[in-house]
Amino acid sequence: MLWYLIAAAVNLAGVRDAFEREDIAYTTGDLIAGTWSAERPILPAPHQIIAEFATSILSYPPDSNRSLVYHGWVTLSATLAGFFIGTLLGIALAILIVYVRSLEKSLLPWIISSQTVPILAIAPIIVVVLGSIGVHGILPKSIISAYLCFFPITIGMVKGLNSPDPIQRDLMRTYSANPSQTFFKLRWPASMPFLFTSLKVAIAASLVGAIVGELPTGAQSGLGARLLAGSYYGQTVQIWAALFAASLLAAALVAAIGVAERLVVRRMGGGA
Amino acid sequence: MLIQLSAALAFSRKEAEGRVALVGRIDGAAGPWRTQGFQFVLEPMRIDTAPGPEDATKGGRRSVIDMRGLSLTFETDDGPVEALSNIDLRIDAGDFVSLIGPSGCGKTTLLRLIADLEQPSAGALLVNGISPERARLDRHYGYVFQAPALLPWRTVEKNLMLPLEIIGLSRAQQLERARHYLAMVNLSGFERKFPWQLSGGMQQRASIARALSFDPKLLLMDEPFGALDEIVRDHLNEQLLRLWEKTSKTVVFVTHSIPEAVFLSTKIVVMSPRPGRILDLITCDFPRDRTLDFRDTTEFIAVAHRVRQGLRAGHSYDE
Repeated sequence: MLWYLIAAAVNLAGVRDAFEREDIAYTTGDLIAGTWSAERPILPAPHQIIAEFATSILSYPPDSNRSLVYHGWVTLSATLAGFFIGTLLGIALAILIVYVRSLEKSLLPWIISSQTVPILAIAPIIVVVLGSIGVHGILPKSIISAYLCFFPITIGMVKGLNSPDPIQRDLMRTYSANPSQTFFKLRWPASMPFLFTSLKVAIAASLVGAIVGELPTGAQSGLGARLLAGSYYGQTVQIWAALFAASLLAAALVAAIGVAERLVVRRMGGGA
Repeated sequence: MLIQLSAALAFSRKEAEGRVALVGRIDGAAGPWRTQGFQFVLEPMRIDTAPGPEDATKGGRRSVIDMRGLSLTFETDDGPVEALSNIDLRIDAGDFVSLIGPSGCGKTTLLRLIADLEQPSAGALLVNGISPERARLDRHYGYVFQAPALLPWRTVEKNLMLPLEIIGLSRAQQLERARHYLAMVNLSGFERKFPWQLSGGMQQRASIARALSFDPKLLLMDEPFGALDEIVRDHLNEQLLRLWEKTSKTVVFVTHSIPEAVFLSTKIVVMSPRPGRILDLITCDFPRDRTLDFRDTTEFIAVAHRVRQGLRAGHSYDE
């Protein structure tokens, strides 16, 4: 309801201008109806977005350039690839930091400062540099996506891998467990709750990364390209539909991690 | 993903301790791009026999722990702190020795020295005639901590199997041992429960069973019942005594409870703080089959009185 009111207010001037330009007599009712059905509104009404969303999913074959399923799939594959790379990188960095004490002081500031660089600024650089050495397609986008998502995983896993009590580490020592046994039997399982919390943040970040990776780089397909094309041609409804698709995708991905988490937690006793 | 194929080829040596396992291991990642070669590790393994007859016999017992002039100074931000000063102590096989004293007297530190969890600054220490480090690497002792320290993601049974997995026993042996020692601490039926489903006393019993599961001859216990209420504690004390009788282990037991120390021990070491030192060594040679009623006898009260006097002499009751 609120959205309809705001949409009416925001679009009012444009619609009134259009009526006056065409010299058509109009009533207040016409005016308000107009604000909710304009072709290029400043803020489209929810039913317009849903309608656009439905047509772009249902009316075109999934491999069509006009289908949101197609664009969503392109972005999803880049997201998942980036998430995979970022998770591996994040865990590897965390293990390094936990096991090589000096790295915590030397590496961590770099990791943190890497996240303060605006991603929009380096995304084109990554795409151009990789493009010049002949890497195209999904990989540059996944790397941008990985760049965003490794960070929460590293931070979470450093905490997670260090979470066992001193008493539990002493225990492993009294068993004269070797380092890999201590890792796989103590540190790794102890870090699972931290891992899943980080993964939920990371999957959302990698979706953002994939979309951002499509924005400034002249990508032809993907939700980011769809957003950009929409803004070029003033297709606000299309933008909103793409945004809607992106948020649905993010929700689905986070939910999928949640399901995986529940499965693992159940195997690990639930009470932990 | 780690694929571990361990084939243990055990062959016995002449020594009583002896067994050396040849463990082959293939480390490989999940995929063709990273496959490492073979790695052969020679791991000494403790033989799993019942305690030898020499442990049970009274006469001419061998010393399990031998410390001479042992000192430990911690370097802290406020300068050096002398945790232990010039400790001489000999513990024989089959003894139940309690270390008693107020907090800060270094009794836990002493236990951690035996366990090679702490390094002495000076003095000599032998565990089973070898250095504490060798003894730890060869798994000569089981350690029971103040907290149960059970891994929350493992069932009780799996928690007992943890040291056995690390030693590299077969699955069937692990399971059999876990069941056996759970039964010994009266926890049969709780194999598949997770630690949080158990009461504090049951958790500590599981942790004792875990320390026994690889059958070490020496049991180091650091205030294992400190966090439990007195009723549970009395009960567990009695159970521990039965267990000790049955298994003829050597036990070093840290406590700050006088009745607990007198009830359980064959020897009581009274310690005092700043610096940690031994004030009195009380031999407490009552029959092993004590029951809780023993605590109302005059002998018991006499020994408890002597312990209390020792503590008083060490200014343990000063503010």
